[in-house]
Amino acid sequence: MKVKGEFFKSPKDIPQEEELSSGAPLCAGCGGLTTLRLVHKVLGEKVVIVNAAGCMTLMATYPYSPIRSSWLYTTMGSVAAGAQGIRDALDIRRAKGELQEQDDMKVLVLAGDGSTYDMGLSATSAAIHRGLDFWYLCYDNEAYGNTGFQMSSSSPFASRTTTSPIGKEEPEGTFQEKKDMFEIWRAQKPPYVATVSSHEVVDLAEKVHRSLAMKGPKLFLALAVCPTGWGFDPRLGDELAHLAVRTGIWPLKEAVGGVVRHTVIPKRFLPVEEYLRPQLRFRHLFEPKPHTEALQAIQQRVDHYWDQVRKDEGGDNQAQLKEDKH
Amino acid sequence: MVRKMLTGNAAAAWGARLAQVEYVPAFPITPQTEIIESLAGWFADGALTGKFVTMDSEHSMVTAAGAAATTGVRTFTATSSQGLIYAMEALYTVSGWRVPFVLVNVSRGLSSPITLGPDHNDVLAARDAGFIQIHVETCQEVLDSVLMAFRIAEDSRVSLPVLVNLDGFFLSFTREPVEIPNAKLVQEFLPAFRPHHPVFKGSQSVAQGVAVLDGAAYSYFRYQMHRAVENALEVHEEVAEDFYRLFGRRYGALEEYRMEDAETVLVMAGSFSTKGKAAVNRWRDQGRKVGLVRLRLIRPQPAAELARLLTGRKAVGVIDQNISPGLGGILYQEVAGALASTSDRPPVMRSFVGGLGGKDISPAEFDRVLEVLDEAKSGEGHVPCELLFTDAEYKQVRTALSVAGKPLEGRAS
Ligand SMILES: Cc1ncc(C[n+]2csc(CCOP(=O)(O)OP(=O)(O)O)c2C)c(N)n1
Ligand code: SF4
Repeated sequence: MKVKGEFFKSPKDIPQEEELSSGAPLCAGCGGLTTLRLVHKVLGEKVVIVNAAGCMTLMATYPYSPIRSSWLYTTMGSVAAGAQGIRDALDIRRAKGELQEQDDMKVLVLAGDGSTYDMGLSATSAAIHRGLDFWYLCYDNEAYGNTGFQMSSSSPFASRTTTSPIGKEEPEGTFQEKKDMFEIWRAQKPPYVATVSSHEVVDLAEKVHRSLAMKGPKLFLALAVCPTGWGFDPRLGDELAHLAVRTGIWPLKEAVGGVVRHTVIPKRFLPVEEYLRPQLRFRHLFEPKPHTEALQAIQQRVDHYWDQVRKDEGGDNQAQLKEDKH
Repeated sequence: MVRKMLTGNAAAAWGARLAQVEYVPAFPITPQTEIIESLAGWFADGALTGKFVTMDSEHSMVTAAGAAATTGVRTFTATSSQGLIYAMEALYTVSGWRVPFVLVNVSRGLSSPITLGPDHNDVLAARDAGFIQIHVETCQEVLDSVLMAFRIAEDSRVSLPVLVNLDGFFLSFTREPVEIPNAKLVQEFLPAFRPHHPVFKGSQSVAQGVAVLDGAAYSYFRYQMHRAVENALEVHEEVAEDFYRLFGRRYGALEEYRMEDAETVLVMAGSFSTKGKAAVNRWRDQGRKVGLVRLRLIRPQPAAELARLLTGRKAVGVIDQNISPGLGGILYQEVAGALASTSDRPPVMRSFVGGLGGKDISPAEFDRVLEVLDEAKSGEGHVPCELLFTDAEYKQVRTALSVAGKPLEGRAS
């Protein structure tokens, strides 16, 4: 089931103009970059990207920048405060008549999960609290990617990172559960919160477009496939992004004014193994012998999540969900 | 022009008000809070237009200040102590953006142990952050320096944030008569902000704070920042001249006090210089040839001027209101460095540490400084810094320690 697009029916409807040129010094197959490219197309050209320390920081390396819009690198912990300063200053200049309407800009935070879930959360929570009018794109590769894939509070249960390695005492690697950033944002009642996937481009474009008219904090939480950190062939990137959705591991949803609805619901849910198996960071769940307990725990959590969705959302989605249950 | 009794904090707020600041990101901390409260009130009642925003931390506050300055609005902020060091990463980050704004720091000793009284370890920790640093002595100088700071920051030869430092309690909460300059004259002195740097706007693409991964280009930008801070010396002089012409008060990078024939010189910074000047007056009355140099510009360091003032003297004592554990007084090192390659260096140079955490420096302690300088001989080699401490204070600490059930550590004398 896919929620019908109001603005975009097919990928062809997405703007042809590129706001990012090729040649960014990031890894081949980087899902974060693909997501930014898509989001930026819909936001248009008049954007100032406020960046937190992470992989994307290396996009603009002196004297080159692949970005047609503007860019400000801040720190890992205060990116939302950077957005605050720019937005406020643009408003002040608008009010004084120093800046014409056509020179106004959208302020877009670009941050990884490490910054978003950990160090920058306090500054971001404060920006939401102040009702800052901005877009926040978190490319969630589920670890500190730039520094070589250490555990963040977004790293999923039973994933291996360089600081949650597999050992006799810790057979799962990461034993913590991933923080629920969608709900953390939603608890503060911003006008718009959405999860997106680089595979579901129409859904992504639709969501960004829907947010354009909304004033206030708007989150786009993107599962960002990361060949380097997750350990898979970059060619499989799009397929993995798709599998994350089809297994139900990465639910696509939005909350408008706090009301949640799921926007893409798989016809038939695939077992989580299909998504986990191709990734080196989950290899220990399959080799040398299957870690059944952990696999079951992951599957149960996903099943439980969707059971809850069936209960909560009712209506059209409900009928669809019943029918789709594998 | 109006004359009022103002605290140092009120004087700082008045400086920002007269500068018609448009953006104030803020965060509370004693003894600075009164500054941001005054400004919040003025934004609320329309005396100032733009925006006051209470941030979530000083790290956020300084980032927002830099981002707003980058976008082209006149920005002011204030902090103290823990707040300044909490913002440390952001200080270095925003100075690298090469944009002007003014930050007032109200000096307060650093934790641990946590305290409220002033000393200069907070502000000197930010010494190398690429901010211009002006250290003031009086409430009048607070107000005047905030105005001068905007002129210096916004000058295209500098284009950097300026930090104005005043001492907690001794200035922040002490009322002194302050002349509030006429707003029209201030406008003449400090016209509206016209950014020299490219600002964010829809019709142009600006990349700020981009990564510079090659060491050669990185060195270039860092050295360029060093030169820009150095330029502030010349700019300060011009700005001080304009200020004198319009308002009749003159400020140098260094202040000389009774230096004409001084053989012995005290070097100090901040509000405790007033105590130093009182000691100088006392000694002068006794026929002693003593003078004082107050360090007003800490960054850039007016090294040539400092050398000119101190060479040829018999003895120099630097009283540091800070301590670098394992080294001693920070400013002593800086003064010694400025004299290192001069031929007529003072044969006696001594380092004193006093006034930590707001501890007083009493007349008796100043007398001790003079006594040490009188008795010191040329060519003694390294002499560790001396802590200024009275017998009464020693007794007081001993009592506190015995109440806490702790033995007294270290040298007892
Ligand atoms: C204050 C601070 N601590 C540590 C770092 C080192 N650091 C740079 S990037 C990074 C990882 C950021 O992770 P995330 O936000 O997930 O983004 P990603 O690297 O995955 O793109 C870290 C830890 C830093 N830049 N700043
Ligand atoms: S490590 Fe992952 S997130 Fe970072 S650039 Fe490479 S693919 Fe992208």
